[in-house]
Amino acid sequence: MRRAVPRAIARAVAATLAWLRAVSGDDAYERYLTHHARAHEGPPLDRRAFYEERELRKWSGVSRCC
Amino acid sequence: MNKIAGVLLAAAGAVALGGIALHRQEPINALWIVTAAVCVYALGYRFYAAWVAARVLGVDPSRATPAERHDNGRDFVPTHRWIAFGHHFAAIAGPGPLVGPTLAAQFGYLPGTLWILVGAVLGGCVQDMTILLLSTRRDGRSLGQMARDELGPLGGFAALIGTLLIMILLIAVLGLVVVNAMKHSPWSTATVFATIPVAILVGLHLRRLRPGRILEASLIGVTLVLLAVLGGGWVDGQPLLRGLFDWSSLPLAGFVIGYGWIAAILPVWLLLAPRDYLSTFLKLGTVALLAVAIVMLHPQIRMPALTSFVDGHGPIFGGKIFPFVFITIACGAVSGFHALVASGTTPKLIASEADVRLIGYGSMMLESFVAIMAMIAATLLDPGVFFAINTGAGVVGAAPAAAVHTISSWGFPVTVEQMQTLAHEMGESTLFARTGGAPSLAVGMASIFGNTFGRGLLSVWYHFAIMFEAVFILSTLDAGTRVGRFMLQDLLGHVYAPLGRTSWYPSVLFSSTLIVAGWGYFLYVGVIDPNGGVNILWPLFGIANQMLAAIALSVATGILVKSGKTRYAAVTLVPLAWLAIVTTVAAWQKIVSADPRIGLLAAAHQLSAHLTAGTLPTQAAAVAPQLIFNQRLDAWLTGFFMAVLWLVILDMGRVCLRKVRGLPVATTSEAPYQAARLQPFALSGRLPQEGST
Repeated sequence: MRRAVPRAIARAVAATLAWLRAVSGDDAYERYLTHHARAHEGPPLDRRAFYEERELRKWSGVSRCC
Repeated sequence: MNKIAGVLLAAAGAVALGGIALHRQEPINALWIVTAAVCVYALGYRFYAAWVAARVLGVDPSRATPAERHDNGRDFVPTHRWIAFGHHFAAIAGPGPLVGPTLAAQFGYLPGTLWILVGAVLGGCVQDMTILLLSTRRDGRSLGQMARDELGPLGGFAALIGTLLIMILLIAVLGLVVVNAMKHSPWSTATVFATIPVAILVGLHLRRLRPGRILEASLIGVTLVLLAVLGGGWVDGQPLLRGLFDWSSLPLAGFVIGYGWIAAILPVWLLLAPRDYLSTFLKLGTVALLAVAIVMLHPQIRMPALTSFVDGHGPIFGGKIFPFVFITIACGAVSGFHALVASGTTPKLIASEADVRLIGYGSMMLESFVAIMAMIAATLLDPGVFFAINTGAGVVGAAPAAAVHTISSWGFPVTVEQMQTLAHEMGESTLFARTGGAPSLAVGMASIFGNTFGRGLLSVWYHFAIMFEAVFILSTLDAGTRVGRFMLQDLLGHVYAPLGRTSWYPSVLFSSTLIVAGWGYFLYVGVIDPNGGVNILWPLFGIANQMLAAIALSVATGILVKSGKTRYAAVTLVPLAWLAIVTTVAAWQKIVSADPRIGLLAAAHQLSAHLTAGTLPTQAAAVAPQLIFNQRLDAWLTGFFMAVLWLVILDMGRVCLRKVRGLPVATTSEAPYQAARLQPFALSGRLPQEGST
């Protein structure tokens, strides 16, 4: 019982951090690697190439608004 | 259990709205508004959104989404709904809901607040959710493509042209807001300038040093821009540096135009992308902080519920409460622009159709709440102060004594000393005639933050708010110029094929220059306009944005009727009808009204009469020909928007009529059903179906 509260806080902090990483795209490369290992053959893009490609794709359409 | 919660919510909402209704002649606490808003959203989400999703849209969680079918680990990625919500909210939330409510506060707090709530729950949120689902059912096609597929080539073309023009107007008016916030304010100017090298530093970090470590780079960047706010204060205290950053509006407009052009032709990773990371984190953080501070401080609203300006002679912009409150507040209630984000990027992230209610309807609710907070920040100021900040020198006179005299004569007492004290507290030399909404919002936010977290830091909070708005706006300006460039290249490609190649540098230079010249022109005219320019540009932008919303709702209505859901078509048809009425009446008045404060042609006529009679002061006479030309151009533009709007509505009517009569219509472009096999998600990664937790 005494440990439940700190543990809940720790979980909330971890969840918020995971959310921030995902929303900002911080973990996009890890996700890509997982996907690549599962669905594709051959070597995956390296971190920098993946980042560059992701930025170019993101800014080729309407991704910001008024 | 759900029912009890619903009844309690309804009761709380009724009490809060009743409280607002009963407090008409006395100051009201902001908590009433917050409570009413939260209850309206909760009821809208729980009941109306759920009904629309299930019955009208036929959301089917068993149907595979494009993210699942085309999962490529890049743009098509099934994403946890709260993460997709964050992405979508970050994309739709811009400076619009901060500026519109601030300007509309001239009518009092009530009209804007009611429109933000009703417009969002019945209009904006429905539009966003509907377009999101329709695009998800069509492999993430854009609004323009859906209009072309489902209505015809006319609809598609209208959506493209409409979007391009809105982009230009949006950037111009936002540029004007930034210029008005920075003019003769060394602290603001130094801080905003400093954000550019900070963004470049973050860009280099992300590309060279530690590719893709977005969180750590953003953290460094946000720390640096916060330091830049303090640094700006230091600059403000040094006489030499102070003079160096004391710019008037014309050179500032030149700076914004040059900045926009350079940002558009530089690689995205260097300036655009890193600036956007900064602005996203600042946005999420500031919105959360503001909500906490408003609840903690629960300030009194000083603005009356309704002011006498509802009759049309308002100083911030001319025009009666109907239709102009509905034009001024577009973002926050209904924003056509959202339909562009809801079709395209976000549908490719949707893991299950069941998520569209949270992501489409929910994100817009939050954006609407941002607009409510902006309304609170504007109306907690003394009304006299609010009008002194937001009214152009052309209306009340450039001399402080004349301005306070005029404003006090409206029944909103304010003194020169009061304005001086306030300006001093905020670390500015003057706050008179800082039109555009950003400075008054910053004063409002500074007083909320200052009174909640420490009064000594008012000037720092003020400049933090200015920096926050500027970073936000400049990031919309970069992104908008880039999107506008792509659209223009798409159009130009039909004329001369190589111009359509988005990576051909001469075409990049040429089309970027055209787009920047387009918004640069409107920005320039806005800057030289003695009435502040925002009074003309913002309604024009509002009309354009509502026109785009009407196009989106036309596409949605057409698809509903075509898919045999005519009896539910009112869900999109009613907001469409309302927007069509509002924009048409507003456009009509902007064109033909004989009152020069409203009618663009009347204003041009009056100004040219003064010019020929030689009654204008030399300075005003010098810029008059350009203002006259611009007012006529704006009138034509407004007429063009209306023509496009009604063409699309009639086209939609034609398609619906054919369908109802049993005549053949273009087949639906909906992707065929495929069963979903995707399993539920955890926030970090995928859960096994029989999860142990």
